[in-house]
Amino acid sequence: MGEAIVVTSGKGGVGKTTTSANIGTALALLGKKVCLVDTDIGLRNLDVVMGLENRIIYDLVDVAEGRCRLGQALVKDKRFDELYMLPAAQTKDKDAVKPEQIRSMILELKQDHDYVIIDCPAGIEHGFRNAIAGADRAIVVTTPENAAVRDADRVIGLLEGAKIPSKLVINRIRQSMVKSGEMLDIDEICQVLAIDLLGIVPDDEKVISAANNGEPTVMNPASRAAIAYRNIARRILGDMVPLMLLDEKAGAFKRFRKFLGIG
Amino acid sequence: MTEKQHIMIKGVKEGLLFLLDDQCTFEALLAELQYKLEKTHQQLLTGPLVHIHVKLGARSATDEQKEQIAAIIRSQGNLMISSIESDTPSAQASAGPNNLQIITSIIRSGQTLTHDGDLLLIGDVNPGGTLLCTGDIYVMGALRGMAHAGMNGRHDAVIATSLMRPTQLRIADVVSRPPEEWISGDAAMEFAYLEEGQMQIDKLSQLFRIRHNPITFKGV
Repeated sequence: MGEAIVVTSGKGGVGKTTTSANIGTALALLGKKVCLVDTDIGLRNLDVVMGLENRIIYDLVDVAEGRCRLGQALVKDKRFDELYMLPAAQTKDKDAVKPEQIRSMILELKQDHDYVIIDCPAGIEHGFRNAIAGADRAIVVTTPENAAVRDADRVIGLLEGAKIPSKLVINRIRQSMVKSGEMLDIDEICQVLAIDLLGIVPDDEKVISAANNGEPTVMNPASRAAIAYRNIARRILGDMVPLMLLDEKAGAFKRFRKFLGIG
Repeated sequence: MTEKQHIMIKGVKEGLLFLLDDQCTFEALLAELQYKLEKTHQQLLTGPLVHIHVKLGARSATDEQKEQIAAIIRSQGNLMISSIESDTPSAQASAGPNNLQIITSIIRSGQTLTHDGDLLLIGDVNPGGTLLCTGDIYVMGALRGMAHAGMNGRHDAVIATSLMRPTQLRIADVVSRPPEEWISGDAAMEFAYLEEGQMQIDKLSQLFRIRHNPITFKGV
C-alpha cells in the first residue's frame, strides 16, 4: 500500500506542476514506483512538463465515467519503467468528476504504486476538493512573495480542516533578492506558516527550458533546482538531508570549472 | 390559541410585566402578542395609562426586533413601554475575566474565530485571519491579521499581543490601521486600547493603569 501526496498551493504559477513532475521523477530515480495524477481538469499541464502529451489515449474523466479501466488510462513514462501518469481531461470542466470518484481512483493506484503524487489545480474550489480527496499528506508549494504565502496559509488551514498533514516547499528563491531584503526570507515564511519545511528550491532558468523540452529538471544534475528536488524526494523517503545552501559563493569555483570545461 | 402559551402577563407594582418565551420563534411571539392584546386581553386596554416591562428571557433580540415588540404594544392606546430587557450574553461579557476562554490554535488566512467574552489565544493570527471578540483579546503569539475587541461596543476592551503586527485593529467601533511608528521593533509585549476615541498602543506593563483594579498587598 503506497502513499498519496497532493501538491497544492492555492495561488497559481508558483510551481505546483513543476514540483509534482520533479518530485515524482526524483522518487522514480530513487527506485520507487510512482504514479503522477493530474487533477487540473480543463487546464492540464503535467503531461506537457513530463513530455508525455502525445501518448495520452484515455484520461481521468474517461476513468470516472467508466469509458476505460484505470490501468488503460495510465501513461508510462519514457525514461522510467516504474513511473506512470494519469492525465487530466483537457476538454471537460473541474466538476466533471466528484471527490469520491477521485478518492477511489487514488485508493486503487495506491495498491500498486509506492507513491501517488497528485497535482492540484490553483484555487480552493471544486478542483481543490477533488485533488485532496484521496491524499494522505500534502506538500504546500509557495514562493517568497506575500501573495503566495497568504494563499498557502489559506490552503494549510483548509488542509488542517480536512485532517491532512502538510509540509512546505519554498520554490523559486533568489538568494540575491532575499539578501537585499526585497524578497521574504525562509525563516519569515516558516514563522508565519508554522509547518515543517520539506525543502527549498532556488530559482533556476534551467527549470523553464527543461519544462519546455518535456524533460523534468531533476534529470539534469548540473541544475541547482534538480539537486533541491532530489533532496526533497530523499526527505520524503525519510532521509535526513540538510537544507541546501543558497549562497552563491560557489559561483567563482563553478565559473572556474566551466572555464575548464568540466562544469 | 390551543398550543402552549409563549407570553405571560403579570401584574406588578409598577404596572404590567410581559414575560416572553425565549425558545419559540420570534414570529410566533409577535403573532401571539398581537393576538393577546387585540383579542383575549381587551380588558387591559381600557382604563388608565399602564407601564409595561417586557422581559425577553435568554433571547438576544436585535434593536429592530425590540422595536417590533414595542410597536405592537404601543399601538394600543393606554399601554406605555418602560423597558425591554433580555439577559443576553452581552451582559455577561462585561462581567470581565471570569469569562476568559483559552484557545490554542493558529488562525490562518480566511479563518475567523468569534468569541463571546474575553479570549486568550495561544498561537498566531496570520494575515487574512480574523479574531472577533465581545471582550478583551490577549494573543500569546504574533498578531498579524485582524483583531476586533469589544465587538458589541465595549470601549474599554483591549487587544494585547506578544508581537503586534496587525493588518488592522478594531476596538468597539473604532477602526485603526497600524502606522509605521507602531512597530516598535523591540520584543516587548504590547496592547492596544482606546483613549478619547483614539487607538493607542502601549507596553503591556502599562495595562494596569487603564484597568484600575488594584490589588492590595497585605503586610507590606
